[in-house]
Amino acid sequence: MCLGIPVKILSIDENNQGEVDYLGTRVKAGFMLLDTPKVGDWVIVHAGYAISRLDENEARETLSLLREIAESEGR
Amino acid sequence: MKELRDKKVLQTLLQAVGHRISRFNRGRVRIMEVCGTHTMTIHRYGLKELLERAGVDMISGPGCPVCITPAAVHEAAINLVAGRRDLILATFGDMTRVPTRCGSLQTAIPAEGSMVKIVYSPQESLALAALHPDKDVVFFGAGFETTIPSIALAIKEAAAAGLKRYAVLCALWLIPPPLKAILESGEVKISGFLYPGHVSAIIGLEPYAFIPREFGLPGAVAGFEPGDILLGILNILDQLEKGNPEVGLEYKRVVSPRGNRLALKLMDEVLEVKDAVWRGLGLIPRSGLKPKGLFSDWDAEPRFGLKIEADSADLAGCLCGEVLRGLIPPPDCRLFGRKCAPETPQGPCMVSLEGACLVYYKYTLRTESVKARTKKRAKGNRP
Repeated sequence: MCLGIPVKILSIDENNQGEVDYLGTRVKAGFMLLDTPKVGDWVIVHAGYAISRLDENEARETLSLLREIAESEGR
Repeated sequence: MKELRDKKVLQTLLQAVGHRISRFNRGRVRIMEVCGTHTMTIHRYGLKELLERAGVDMISGPGCPVCITPAAVHEAAINLVAGRRDLILATFGDMTRVPTRCGSLQTAIPAEGSMVKIVYSPQESLALAALHPDKDVVFFGAGFETTIPSIALAIKEAAAAGLKRYAVLCALWLIPPPLKAILESGEVKISGFLYPGHVSAIIGLEPYAFIPREFGLPGAVAGFEPGDILLGILNILDQLEKGNPEVGLEYKRVVSPRGNRLALKLMDEVLEVKDAVWRGLGLIPRSGLKPKGLFSDWDAEPRFGLKIEADSADLAGCLCGEVLRGLIPPPDCRLFGRKCAPETPQGPCMVSLEGACLVYYKYTLRTESVKARTKKRAKGNRP
């Protein structure tokens, strides 16, 4: 039930709702739980609402952590 | 983030897990994955078995809201739609299949003018209320902190729009209290917790702080890719090794340590804490939420005078309660895979997509039968 899907915001209307791109399909979503949502933002959508924004820098950090572990494991 | 599913990356992470386990040489490590969606990833990618080989046993926790909602609440929903005319009961799909002694929402025969509607979002139940002003619309809303803000939003919008015939039957559960209940009961030996990713996106890290502080146990928030899970486990192992338990975070791309401020504010505005009964775990103080103040007019319990007897029994032989407490793995239930299967579920853990029983049935049972088949074939080939 806590499944959340990373999607990109395609449009936002005056009621703070809009559409997201879910694997190529346009799906409705609400953005009331986000601070200043913008078209093009990647967000996690759960039960029709965006609950969190994806942070690109942190995603890169995770990738560099993976590289570090690979180096220390000698791979 | 396809790297987090990459075979080589996962092999490296598993190797790192194995190295840490052998380095601190303290026997097997038992980690409870709290969240049902984690259970799903762990089994789907075969991590359960691979981690076992590395020395880590994963135990499924109470993290499936469909499963921990006690039978009495499901029965109340069934009685509402079967007993009242002109009532639409809207709920998430999994909720309609949970078996009780009075059948399920799918087998219930609605009263005249009443019906059960499956919705994907609480917002859809609001749309139903606007579309059918001549009917009562009850949203049977089950969820943890991930889902609760969207249900709070629906209540707030119903109040603002003056939808007098809309109400929510609340099955809203908080994640930290049952973890405390599990630790206090001392029934299960746990070395650490893998905390849920999306619940934590809402609540942040602080609500788990009592676990290292009072129980001295490590834990880490993790995401839902197989690599995320292994990074979370490595974080926990590092804490164990250093003897420095804390609340780790390995899902920084989604979770902010302070959580989602807007969502928390909304929950606080619309809902208040109550003592709640969980399937298998019983009464847990301050573990549920209900509409507060003015918003209590949209609470289905007082609106329809529902008397929810908390200790309503499960179907005979069903051990979902024990599974949810982490006492037994699903295959230890005598009904599992025999009387209880996805087509004929005897308890909620076989219904929900992230119920431990269904996950075991889908992934573990299959690998076991594959093993059995290959063994047979190997035998058959012998001259």
